[in-house]
Amino acid sequence: MKWRYFKQKAFFAVVRLAAFLIAAAIVLFLVYIFINGVGAISWEFLTEPPRDSMTKGGIMPAILGTFYLTAGAVIIALPLGVASAIYLSEYAKQGPIIRIIRVGVNCLAGVPSIVFGLFGLGLFVVFLQFGSSILSGALTLGVLILPTIIGASEEALKSVPQTFREASLGLGVSKWQTIIRIVVPNALPGILTGSILGVGRAAGETAPIMFTAAAFFTAKLPGSIFDEVMALPYHVYVLATAGTHIEETRPFQYGTVLVLVALVLGVDLIAIIIRSYMRKKKRW
Amino acid sequence: MKRKVKETIIKNVFLLIALVSIFILGLILVFLFLEGIPIFGVVSFKDFIFGCEWYPTYDPPSFGIWPLIVGSFIVTFCSSAIAIPLGILSAVYIAEIAPSFVKEIYKPVIELLAGLPSVVLGFFGMAVLAPWLQETFDIPTGLNIVNASFVLALMAVPTIASISEDALYSVPQEFKEASYALGATRFETITRVIVPAALSGISTAVILGMARAIGETMVVLMVAGGAAAIPESIFDSVRPMPASIAAEMGEAPFRSDHYHALFATGIVLFFLTLCFNLIADYVSHKFKETGSATL
Repeated sequence: MKWRYFKQKAFFAVVRLAAFLIAAAIVLFLVYIFINGVGAISWEFLTEPPRDSMTKGGIMPAILGTFYLTAGAVIIALPLGVASAIYLSEYAKQGPIIRIIRVGVNCLAGVPSIVFGLFGLGLFVVFLQFGSSILSGALTLGVLILPTIIGASEEALKSVPQTFREASLGLGVSKWQTIIRIVVPNALPGILTGSILGVGRAAGETAPIMFTAAAFFTAKLPGSIFDEVMALPYHVYVLATAGTHIEETRPFQYGTVLVLVALVLGVDLIAIIIRSYMRKKKRW
Repeated sequence: MKRKVKETIIKNVFLLIALVSIFILGLILVFLFLEGIPIFGVVSFKDFIFGCEWYPTYDPPSFGIWPLIVGSFIVTFCSSAIAIPLGILSAVYIAEIAPSFVKEIYKPVIELLAGLPSVVLGFFGMAVLAPWLQETFDIPTGLNIVNASFVLALMAVPTIASISEDALYSVPQEFKEASYALGATRFETITRVIVPAALSGISTAVILGMARAIGETMVVLMVAGGAAAIPESIFDSVRPMPASIAAEMGEAPFRSDHYHALFATGIVLFFLTLCFNLIADYVSHKFKETGSATL
């Protein structure tokens, strides 16, 4: 009898240890990045372009570039994603079509980010001749976050109670109007959460924009969607791996990493807070 | 009547948009093949996959991606060896053991880990882990399989933990109650009832976690060291497929053999992850727990 409880205690200890290790790794990581990065952060760092082979100045063009790429990606993916989710949740009946679409979405979600980069290079940069530009990068990132948005939106639509639809249909409202007036408004917070998570994902990706949008350095800020841009994740990568000033730009690397992490985690945190707030406030 | 026509049109418009994902998947294939196939005019399919020499810029060049494939698999398996136990155990922790206030904090923390940009983790591996490994083990470079596996494991843990947790959570309450009623301890209930009942979901989680590791680019690009040779120890450098594509595409002349070879590497990588995803999809549907009646 005692032995059984001893085994249980030992097992629980191992489980707690595993859980603790992961949490500790994350916390240590964030603290380390913060301590090393915070020294580089200044008003100049956030608002000036880099100077003297990246050893002075700031990262403003990279912040702006990431903003453009991310905004573009969401503008492209949000309508497509929400409409796909509406079909999957409201119209589709169980059967081969919905099964194929679902497998397709899952597979798209699993495509490695570097393959999205190759795809963007082949289709947008070369075939459609957009060149390495904001447009190509935003389209590539848009495709990348499409499954995230579909998944979150579908879940949000499904969580709207069936009775809402029945009440509306029972009043003689058409299916389309039911969807647009009743289902979508009630699912809006969930859809919002999904698109915010998409923003976080798009802002942090490097591989898809390496060949489609990102430049090591641009002398001017982008003037049109056909210009190359600097981007935060790519900036971190090149500063850390290329060039002759790797050690000299170390503080800048930590600073850029801190800005990127703060941006992405801040965005994700907003999504998590909205979601838990909505779960508590739900009227049904 | 008019209303019915309108409704049908709307429905079909939505169907078309829903098919966009499939269409994109097709387009990805088309463009990978369009740019990748020409390499097989230079080197045979067999020599490309199983050739042990990847010297794309030599004269004459040699395009054998076997070392890259081996590199991908080694870092994936080593990182899985770390990430699978940690991921599943932390899922058990969240689903069965953690008090609810800890759960409220712990789950978002795991989600935040999932949201960390890969380039940031790669940077951490490069700037912090690599020098530490180099000094501690007195090895020529800290950018090697061990380092890459550690960092990749950090990326795979959230995937494995969150999907496993869903699976554990969906095990019907009656199972647990029946087990307790028979006098089983919580430990026995977890290991003999709950985990076996959730096994298909946990398997899916493991496969998807591995798929994430094998396709991950920035970490292996920055941390794996980049030697295109078959490694002899876990302290050797490797050059997994995504790293090779990312590192060389910028320098490969447009539509040269090298360029085509990198796209062909992309094809191999695409199908490899596609297999992982299809297996995961098959496992999760085939062995789906549909409630207490099925067991």
